[in-house]
Amino acid sequence: MIPAPFEYVRPTTVEEAVQAVAEGGDDVKIMAGGQSLIPVMRLRLAAPETIVDLGRVAEMRGVREDGDALVIGAMTTHAEVIADPLIAQHARLIAEATETVADRQTRRRGTFGGALAHADPAGDLPSVALALDAEMVVAGPEGRRTVPAREFFVDYLTTALDEGEVLVEIRVPKLAGDWGVRYEKFNRVAQAWSIVAVAAAVRRENGHIAEARIGLTNMGPVPLRAPATEAALAGASASPDAVAAAARSAAEGTSPSSDLNAQADYRQHLAQVLTRRAVATAAGL
Amino acid sequence: MTRVSMRVDGVTYTDEVEPRTLLVHHLREALGKVGTVVGCDTSNCGACTVHLDGQAVKSCTVLAVQADGAEVTTIEGIGSTDALHPVQKAFHEQHGLQCGFCTPGMIMASIDLLKENPSPSEDEVREGIEGNLCRCTGYQNIVRAVQQAAREMSGTSETLGAQS
Repeated sequence: MIPAPFEYVRPTTVEEAVQAVAEGGDDVKIMAGGQSLIPVMRLRLAAPETIVDLGRVAEMRGVREDGDALVIGAMTTHAEVIADPLIAQHARLIAEATETVADRQTRRRGTFGGALAHADPAGDLPSVALALDAEMVVAGPEGRRTVPAREFFVDYLTTALDEGEVLVEIRVPKLAGDWGVRYEKFNRVAQAWSIVAVAAAVRRENGHIAEARIGLTNMGPVPLRAPATEAALAGASASPDAVAAAARSAAEGTSPSSDLNAQADYRQHLAQVLTRRAVATAAGL
Repeated sequence: MTRVSMRVDGVTYTDEVEPRTLLVHHLREALGKVGTVVGCDTSNCGACTVHLDGQAVKSCTVLAVQADGAEVTTIEGIGSTDALHPVQKAFHEQHGLQCGFCTPGMIMASIDLLKENPSPSEDEVREGIEGNLCRCTGYQNIVRAVQQAAREMSGTSETLGAQS
């Protein structure tokens, strides 16, 4: 299986990339690591006129600190994210979730920004970005703007990126205080996407849970938080019973799909179970 | 057509390719590197795994133009009949293959794993090569082979070979 013919452009700066997208015609597609795009092009599910390959845009790769935030270049590969010392120190949840993405070879090519911009509901990183209140820095013909994760994921495979815009970097607030994190993923075979997964970050204070942030993967067309559970956990005692009680509302307000992997009600059950496990582990229980 | 230049198994090749050409097709059809095979064509099986600048990738999921300027190592570039790579040797000795179709990719992924983790546990081997599917062996002997190779490569070779 071979992709349909396309024009290929390989910019080396963000400015060049934005320009290439603007000049790429009606059907231009931006390629990050290509680990989702090339497979769908091979199947001819996508046949873009122009591919703008970000692979040589060096400024979009790498992780740096900027005050209270980490800034992760959109073209930083999954393998680089996993090995990065700043992410290990300030945003370990991202590394933990990234370790579960696809397989070794795919993680060598696939990128953090590519996974977010692709916005697959079963992708692991959107819910993590949402749980960590990340912000997407986006470049377009009009300049740069910042989109909070809560507004970035709009619908199935659809983000707030306008036509002509490129996701450049992701700002992740450092977790300050005594935070524990956990990514609980449920799938059944090697390399598989999440049937459901839960990202949890929990801040402990004097034996209590001061604050919890929970991101749900594949519980609807976009990643979700679990607000009822987060509210129940705020100020709760750090005990298995309190966590279990709070986790029972994890699926409230979700609308997961039914497919060959799982029915919607089963996904809702999984969301509760995985939330309980993720929060308990994150809280050190 | 786009001009690409890459060093494959130590030899530099410069060719005109269509941007849509997958790296695996370029390797096999333009450069004759048929040791790298196409298994599934869906990015799952890992049979086409090669090293791109030292990292294992699925060459069916990389465009040849993306490898422009890169160093590519295929199964043909890691050893010779007279001097097998330790991972090749271990796959041979541990019967880590039956039909052999997945083997080039298994070996290239295993070398990548061992570079990162020179002494993987059984679980770490299974997870480390989860991007490679074998329909024959049930993985048992593949895991043994990778662990034997790990011991040999780290100079702690003992007698696992005698168990089989």
